[in-house]
Amino acid sequence: MTTELVVVTLIKTAIVVFGLLTGFAYLTLFERKVQARLQQRPGPNRVGPFGLLQPAADGLKLFFKSSSAPSGRDRFLYLLAPTISVIAALASFAIIPVSGPGDVNLFGHHIGWYIMNVNIGVLWYLAVTSVGVFGIFLAGYSSNSKYSMLGALRSSAQMISYEMALGLSLVPVFILAGSLRLVDIVNAQRTWWFIVPLLPAFFLYLIAGIAETNRAPFDLPEAETELVAGYHTEYSGMRFALFFMAEYINMIIVSSIATIVFLGGWWGPFGILPGPWWFLLKVVALLYVYVWLRATLPRMRYDRLMALGWKSLLPLSLAMMMVTAVVYVAAQGRA
Amino acid sequence: MALREALMGPLYIVRALYTTFKHNTQPIVTIEYPEKQKAVPPRARGKHILHRYADGLEKCVGCELCAIACPVGCIVVEAAENTPEHRVSPGERYAKRYEINLLRCIYCGMCEEACPYDAITMGPRYDLADDHPDKFIAVKEDMLEPLSASVNDTAVPSGAPSAQPVARKW
Repeated sequence: MTTELVVVTLIKTAIVVFGLLTGFAYLTLFERKVQARLQQRPGPNRVGPFGLLQPAADGLKLFFKSSSAPSGRDRFLYLLAPTISVIAALASFAIIPVSGPGDVNLFGHHIGWYIMNVNIGVLWYLAVTSVGVFGIFLAGYSSNSKYSMLGALRSSAQMISYEMALGLSLVPVFILAGSLRLVDIVNAQRTWWFIVPLLPAFFLYLIAGIAETNRAPFDLPEAETELVAGYHTEYSGMRFALFFMAEYINMIIVSSIATIVFLGGWWGPFGILPGPWWFLLKVVALLYVYVWLRATLPRMRYDRLMALGWKSLLPLSLAMMMVTAVVYVAAQGRA
Repeated sequence: MALREALMGPLYIVRALYTTFKHNTQPIVTIEYPEKQKAVPPRARGKHILHRYADGLEKCVGCELCAIACPVGCIVVEAAENTPEHRVSPGERYAKRYEINLLRCIYCGMCEEACPYDAITMGPRYDLADDHPDKFIAVKEDMLEPLSASVNDTAVPSGAPSAQPVARKW
């Protein structure tokens, strides 16, 4: 039994890692294509049909680039930082059930649509993404460069402040679902997706999620115009690509969590498509919103960003949480 | 004021998102360059063309006025006598050697104005790129108008600048 569990988990992990890395590669292309269309450009279309081999070309280029590194760096931390970022990003996908409700029956084994179905569920995601901050901060700290340091400071401050709103905006969902387990949360949305009763929480989560992944309009840590490239200024070649990988995988994960928690995960309205396809469709739709926002909004000023996080999003998510709790208890009391 | 901003803010964002989204319906303005090219204005000054008369004789008589008029001195003309057996131009002499350093040329069109026979004009080609400075020295064959295609097709002045190595460095 334990051997089976280990083997199955390893296989699933390999599939998830492979899927996420492919997803990352094609997300870069997706972003460039969508943004290009919004700016009336064709986007990458030279490498392969519709530019479909562009990610491979980019990857090859990055592999063969010489990696230059600053002389005064902290060697160990300098190498550790991108690794932490990527591992944290990949690890948070472990809890995400891509389909359901039951297990699949493969060769007589019951296999779940997730790597692990832990009872702390979303907390795992919140905890592991917080570890990702270390990657960013250590990158800035070990680079021995003022731009990296400033970028890292901003980034950690931003991620830590927005994590509060991110976590709190998920609490109403826990109240309604009565569980932290993502499978239970999705099952609770069979009739009504949580976006219907919890629309404000969804938007709070989306805003906090964008800030959490350092994406435009909250991309201050890597604000090109002022900080060169922020915390990864001194990284090049594949090490730089690792940070990019972490950022894009985090985008996928934030979208996946939003899909599961607010958009009903694998449940589709008419049961026309099988579960995984619904999941994929919703995640891609959210990623489109990400890119769309980037193509639309200018970068925020740093103090405004902090003010938005602490003075608006945090109180609003607290209020949302309390209102949900009161309404839920009142409704239970009547029933 | 702050309340109003807080209430209107999301509305502005939605409006901005709608504005960008509208661009999805508008045509792509990029011209896929090497395959599709924009028409060049009729009097554009690109790579030079040496013209011929209808009977195939070259218009250039090797007078070197273009070389004298050229403000950067990028033209070299070496003239030779026409003989009854070897007649290249209707005049007394013709250009045995006619070279333009396209890297030094500033495409001002003074050579065109100086030419008494309209033998040299600025052509439409502007995409002059190559990987070695020597390849930018256009020799006579690179610039000469083709004879009618049925007679002789080898002197077509299209494609990349000449790949012929030229001994003289400018």
